Parts: sequence; C-alpha cells; structure tokens
Amino acid sequence: MKARTFGRHVKEGFKNIARNGWMTFSAVSAVAITLLILGVFLLLAMNINYLVETVENQVEIMVELDLTIEPTQINLIENEIKNLEGVKTLTFVSKEEGLVQLKERFGEDAYLLEGLEEENPLNDVFIVQAFDPQAIDVLAEKIKQIELVTSVDYGKATVSKLFTATTWIKNIGMVFIVGLAFTAMFLISNTIKITIYARRREIEIMKLVGATNWFIRWPFFVEGLLLGILGAVLPIGVLYFGYKLLLDSVSATLSLSFIQLLPLYPLAYQIAILLVGLGAFIGIWGSMMSVRRFLKI
Amino acid sequence: MVGPSGAGKSTFIKLMYREERPTKGQIFLNGYNVERLKERKIPYIRRNIGVVFQDYRLLSNLNVYENIAFAMEVTEAPKKQIKRRVPEVLELVGLADKHNSFPNQLSGGEQQRLAIARALVNNPAVIIADEPTGNLDPDTSWEIMDLFEKINFRGTTIVMATHNKEIVNTIKQRVIAINNGQIVRDEHKGGYSYEG
Repeated sequence: MKARTFGRHVKEGFKNIARNGWMTFSAVSAVAITLLILGVFLLLAMNINYLVETVENQVEIMVELDLTIEPTQINLIENEIKNLEGVKTLTFVSKEEGLVQLKERFGEDAYLLEGLEEENPLNDVFIVQAFDPQAIDVLAEKIKQIELVTSVDYGKATVSKLFTATTWIKNIGMVFIVGLAFTAMFLISNTIKITIYARRREIEIMKLVGATNWFIRWPFFVEGLLLGILGAVLPIGVLYFGYKLLLDSVSATLSLSFIQLLPLYPLAYQIAILLVGLGAFIGIWGSMMSVRRFLKI
Repeated sequence: MVGPSGAGKSTFIKLMYREERPTKGQIFLNGYNVERLKERKIPYIRRNIGVVFQDYRLLSNLNVYENIAFAMEVTEAPKKQIKRRVPEVLELVGLADKHNSFPNQLSGGEQQRLAIARALVNNPAVIIADEPTGNLDPDTSWEIMDLFEKINFRGTTIVMATHNKEIVNTIKQRVIAINNGQIVRDEHKGGYSYEG
C-alpha cells in the first residue's frame, strides 16, 4: 500500500467518525458503558485477588527443633531447608528471641514469665514461607522428614479451608470477567454493524468502481480502532478518579484499615492499558466483522 | 439489449461485472475470462467496466466533483491525475458548472449524467447500463442517449438494457433480445421487436 493511500484511509476513518455524529456517539457510549462495567468488576476482582494473596502469604510453617540441639546442627538444618524446592523465606527465631517475643505479647503480665531465662522451655524455631502458599502441605511434609525437627505446624485445617474459599472466589471472578468481555464484544460489534449498514451503498459503489477489499476495509479498521479507544477514555477517567476517591476515604476511615486495597499505581496503568487494548480490539473486530458482509458483491 | 421484465437482462449485466456467476459457460471481457478470475483480481477488471443504473446510485453526502473523484481514488490514482481528469469528464457530460452541487440538488437527467461521468472517469473499455432511462422523461432520455452516442464515438463500447421501444427503433444499433434467460435474437441495426 502506498503511503498516500494509507494517509487517505486514516483521514477517511476520522472523517467517518465526525460525519456520522450520532452513530459515533452511540457506538462510543456502548463501548464506554460496557468497558466501565468491566472495569469496575476488574478492579473488584483484582482487589479480591490481592486480598486473597495477602492472606495466603501470611500462611507460614512453624518448624520446631529439638530442645537439645547444638548451634552447628541448627546451621545444617537451615541449609537443608533452604535447599528445598519452593522455600521463599526462612527466618530463625532462637529460644531466647522467642521468649522476648512472648513477653512482649504478655505485656503487663510479663512478670509471670520471669525466671524462665534460666531454664527456657521454648524450642528454637524456623519460620518458613513458601513461594506457592497453596503447596504448603507438601513443603511441610518434607521439612518434617528432616532429623531433629520435632514438629511442623501450619494450621492445616484452617489453611485448607482458606484455600478452597480463595480458589472459588478467583474462579467466580474469572467467569464474570470473561462473560462481561463477551457481552461487551457483542454489544459493540452490533452497534458498529448499524453504523456500517447505513453506509452499505457507499461500499457497494466502491466495489462497483473497482476498489479492492482491503481498500474498503482500512477506513473501517481505523474507525473501529478510534471508536474503541474513544470508548475506553471515559471509563478510564471515571475509574481512575473513583478509585482514588475510594482509596482516600478508606485510608481516612480507621475502622476499615484491616482491608488492604491495591495502591493506585501501577494499577491505574494496568487498567488503562487493558481497557484501551480491549476497546481497540473490540472496535476493530466489530467493524471488520460487520463490513465483511457487504464485501460480497 | 431488450426483453420483457424478468427475461434475464439484469442478470446478463450482473454476469458481466461479476456480481453473479454463471452456472455454466464462460464470459470473456476485454480478453479476460471473467469466470476463471481469482477473487482478488476482480476489482482490477471492474476498472475496465463502467456501470450505470436506473437509480443512479450516487453518494448523497458527496458533491458532484467528489462523486467522480471518489471512483478514481478507489483505484489509487495519483491526485494530479484526478484533478486533471474529473473536469474533463464533467465537461463531456455537461455538468462543469455544477461541480459543487450535491446529488439531491440535481434533476434526474443531471444525476444520470453524473452517474455516467463516474462510469467513464477510469476510461473503461465497456460501459454497462441497466435501464439508464427508466426513471426519466422522454426528452431527458434522449439527452442521455445523445451522451451515450458521443461516448460511443470516442471508442467505448456501450451495453444497455432497456424497455424504451422508441429509442431502440430510432438509433438502429445492434439489438440482442432475451427471453426466459435465452438469447432469442441478435441483429445489427435491429428494432425493438419483429413487428416494430
């Protein structure tokens, strides 16, 4: 394709957008509204996912070591655990540190623990976090096999319930988003189809005077792309300011501080890129599908 | 080309510019076998054919000049060539002073002349016209026929399907009569019917 022809297609695409004012408006609104709904769900799903991951990441294995253990043996065990597959972090809490922590937790009643320094009843402990919290049971089982490890504890029953719940939440979120994306595509391609239908005479004449199919398609390609991008701009703006407002009000309300929301950045970029990409794809796909029917002359 | 309604005149014309495909037989146009042509080659042979319809088929949102330039733009003709060629054909069909008007501001005869100018602009070897005078009064019809004659003198073949008995009998050109999808008569200097 000649550069001049390409310029013509782009110009023609813009001109069509301007010329079919109301059609453009309705197509852009359809894109905007569906992308807005999709965006809200996306934000919701991403935050739920984030919340779930935060909770999951708090899952850790407490590895208690034998009371009679020697410092050199502790080092050996440390290396052994480190070499296991899927270990993210490994922290050693000596029995002395354990006692200090316990005292802190007792607060005013810490005097009850006095004298325990002489004969510390606590174990030396390793705290292990897994890369994949869902596979924590396998890891725990492996650690248990190591010599001088007296017990491993990761709250088996609670953790397995938690993971069943989070898997469900994630799956339902996915289904919702895929369903919404399809609805958006259907709605938008339908609207674009109407705008193209109004121009079937133009396409017919182009075919009759010998325009190639791609010559006819390009302006519609440009138009679909523009419609999609224009339709994505509004929801991005609304979502950006809405989410910012939400973050501000959540951080201002202490009672909600246990809920961790995703920070504005890079979330804003991710959502913006996703919505623009989706809008562009839907716009192009919709207009290509619609023009196809009229090219068969 | 003459024949009663439903005889197959329009189908014949559609076959020529390959909107319809023949169930059997072959069609040659300007040396090309239209039937054997690959799908993506079709636009290029259509540039050798100008098509004119009873209902003009103009773009109402483009003015006279743009309607014609449009037919050249789609063939990716250079801008310079478009600027030179469009006034030429407008002059030929007698619409030079109307180049800024829109189709709805033109009379039926003027609209048809615009359609002919559009068909002519890419210098086709053949112009196919499907009942070009069907919507026009007798005087205007004759203006169109005079224009066709002028174009024909310049070396362009004109194939025209028509119901207009008077025109066919007066111009005394080759007449192909179609009935029931069959060519029933092919005469040079023929008339509308045997009795006529």
